[in-house]
Amino acid sequence: MKSKLMHLLQASCLLLLTFVSNLAAAEVIHVAAASNFTAPMKQIVKEFEQISGHKVRLAFGASGKFFAQIQHGAPFQVLLSADQAKPLALEQAGYTVPKSRFTYAIGTLALWSVKPNFKVEDASVLSQGAYNKLALANPKLAPYGLAAVEVLEKLSLKEATRSKWVQGENIAQTYQFTGTGNADLGFVSLSQIIVNGQIKQGSAWIIPDHFHRPIRQDAVLLKRGENSEAAQALLRFIKSEQAKKIIMAYGYHPPALERKAEIKS
Amino acid sequence: MIFTEADMGAIYLTLRLATTVTLLLLLIGTPIAWWLARTKSWWKGPVGAIVALPLVLPPTVLGFYLLLAMGPNGVIGQFTQSLGLGTLPFTFWGLVIGSIFYSMPFVVQPIQNAIEAIGERPLEAAATLRAGPWDTFFTVVLPLAKPGFITAAILGFAHTVGEFGVVLMIGGNIPGETRVVSVQIYDHVEALEYAQAHALAAGMVVFSFIVLLGLYGFQRKQASLGMKYGG
Amino acid sequence: MTNTLTNALTDNTIAASFRLAYPGDKADGFSLDVDVTVPGNGITAIFGHSGSGKTTFLRCVAGLETADSGELTVKGDIWQSASHCKPTHKRPLGYVFQESSLFPHLTAKANLDYAIKRSGVPFSQDLYERVLSVMAIAPVLPRYPAQLSGGERQRVAIARALLIQPKLLLMDEPLASLDSARKQEILPYLERLRASFDIPIFYVSHSMDEVAHLADHILVLEQGKLVAQGNLTEVLSRIDLPLKFGEETGVIITGEVAERDNQWHLVRIAFDGGELWVRDGGDALKQSVRVRVLARDVSLALASHDDTSIVNRLAVEVVEISQDQDEAMALVRLKCGAEYFIARLTQKSVHQLQLEPGKHAWAQIKSVAVVR
Repeated sequence: MKSKLMHLLQASCLLLLTFVSNLAAAEVIHVAAASNFTAPMKQIVKEFEQISGHKVRLAFGASGKFFAQIQHGAPFQVLLSADQAKPLALEQAGYTVPKSRFTYAIGTLALWSVKPNFKVEDASVLSQGAYNKLALANPKLAPYGLAAVEVLEKLSLKEATRSKWVQGENIAQTYQFTGTGNADLGFVSLSQIIVNGQIKQGSAWIIPDHFHRPIRQDAVLLKRGENSEAAQALLRFIKSEQAKKIIMAYGYHPPALERKAEIKS
Repeated sequence: MIFTEADMGAIYLTLRLATTVTLLLLLIGTPIAWWLARTKSWWKGPVGAIVALPLVLPPTVLGFYLLLAMGPNGVIGQFTQSLGLGTLPFTFWGLVIGSIFYSMPFVVQPIQNAIEAIGERPLEAAATLRAGPWDTFFTVVLPLAKPGFITAAILGFAHTVGEFGVVLMIGGNIPGETRVVSVQIYDHVEALEYAQAHALAAGMVVFSFIVLLGLYGFQRKQASLGMKYGG
Repeated sequence: MTNTLTNALTDNTIAASFRLAYPGDKADGFSLDVDVTVPGNGITAIFGHSGSGKTTFLRCVAGLETADSGELTVKGDIWQSASHCKPTHKRPLGYVFQESSLFPHLTAKANLDYAIKRSGVPFSQDLYERVLSVMAIAPVLPRYPAQLSGGERQRVAIARALLIQPKLLLMDEPLASLDSARKQEILPYLERLRASFDIPIFYVSHSMDEVAHLADHILVLEQGKLVAQGNLTEVLSRIDLPLKFGEETGVIITGEVAERDNQWHLVRIAFDGGELWVRDGGDALKQSVRVRVLARDVSLALASHDDTSIVNRLAVEVVEISQDQDEAMALVRLKCGAEYFIARLTQKSVHQLQLEPGKHAWAQIKSVAVVR
């Protein structure tokens, strides 16, 4: 636990920094964020706006769509992707400010059920096979889906379970399939089912890190944000301890806690 | 071949879905259209509005409610489970039911308009010639409303082919079962496989264009026939 | 007047009783309340102004309109009772609508076949040929309705209604949609229809001219109520009806062609009480004819004058005088033998001639039309 004083200090430092560096009028910036990051991002932005005085317009959606939109002139200054591939591709195509890419969160995968007759605690529920459908995000499109498939491979259950797969186009839809009870089991993002550190409904197996490659979610400053003080301030804020606390509260690992090196660009 | 095997599977599935839905909609939609065209009941307004809802609702809204309704705790889900059929989401027949709701106005409205255009008189004339209700339907209503039925079938088919939001919500993207062309295109786009997406999307555009061109040509022909024979 | 009630129990009458009300206040609401028995043969005209309920009455008879309460017995068959109402398609009737009701997707021939197939009685080639010849439609059979003239369409429609071999033929102003030239073209077909087929006909019309030509009986409706009924001649000779026929007020006289004057192209028609000279319409000697004398064409003189252009003068007796709908005019009912005439005079003339029931006078008749 950090002391209150420490927090106060941090906050006032930031405030001062923003004040000094941005004597001009507050800016309005447009930020595209992956839908799995909706809840923490709203809170982050709320606190950022209080501190900085800038206004942040948030758009949530599928990273693939943002990727296409940014290539065709969408007015975003910052992208918080659900994966690493799209920020990297944008960087290689020259749509980003060099060296601005970083991992802002590492997703945690959970196997979840809302059905009272399913007590999900470990992989045994998968191997027993007594469920109707297994929902997962489309592995071709969503990093959470890819991770889910890696888990199944690790458990040597991929082929055995394949006939029961139902694929959501993204992790939000996978949550719907499972949350409405249409699928008995689903691989979802821990951030979707956690409230104040508790699973809010049903039961879940929080999948240990070693079952799949980390689900790194990268942020990047886009060319349109190159000269935007507010965009840069937001990215700095996301790296701050204050933001990391929020990110962790929603079941993500902050990048500082993970051990492996980031992908080289 | 520009299409992959998965693409071909999706195309075949889409055609099977659209055909099934169109046939069922003609069966279900005709009595509804008949009732809407002829009733003087207070319920005409509300029922007409419910049928027309998919015209204005985002398909995802419809899809979301269908997912809930057909789910294990939903009304439809409870019913299908009691029949021992399990639940409908993620199945071909689930898509069929979703598409029936979704394409309903495109089938009901042309038929309704056609029946309304016939008016009361030919039906009364048939009754005075001892034709019972079914006889009247097959010998008077059907031939006179034929253009409406053809328009309805074409629109219902084409609209089901073009359906996306509802399928996305209740489909679960299962190859051969629920992965239709529009979902396949979406997957290609999302996966940045733009060339594959283009092939399917262009095919879709051409298909829709030909269907509509044929439809308008048919309607123009009917209009000129109407001038010649429609006393 | 025949007491129609005494016929109610025999099998050759049509007894109809309908009561229905459409909601609405007095201005736009409508109600029908008719209880009537008519003979089960000949043409019964259902006459009234528009909005009088005559078409509604006909539709009730056909079952196209459901009365709030109704009873209908046609020649012994119960079509509607308090507990049961046969749907239209179960009633052995024929119906000719105001405007063409031919199926537009079928040729004239196919329209006729539609009826033949459903008539429920074996096909009769003889009847078929008679219908075709009476309506003179054989040449137009291959055509679609849209390719027919208005008159041809109605003739095919009438033929179709006949081929169903109905027990009762209902005609709802079958000439209303035609212009007057076409009407004159069709009227003879209707007269031939009447002469050739022994089917009772209900004929709705607001045209006294058509009624005078065709009808044997008449029901007069006003605001949904029956105001007069009976034999056509009797009803038309009454001047006490609440419904005024205006310029069309006139009587029907039935007589026989007694003499032909070839020099002046006239024929003499003898009737019980006198004779009338009318234009020669080619009717054979001894043939029974019907002539119509309009009240406006009848004037009165107290003495016989030879020095006028008027050919027809009849000795008459004033029976009854009543007010016409126009304040200045009076209707005077005149008896001439067994027949009645009506004269439409100004009130001033009535006063000057001191007309009153029982007074004898000379009726001068300016114009007479043979209507059948």
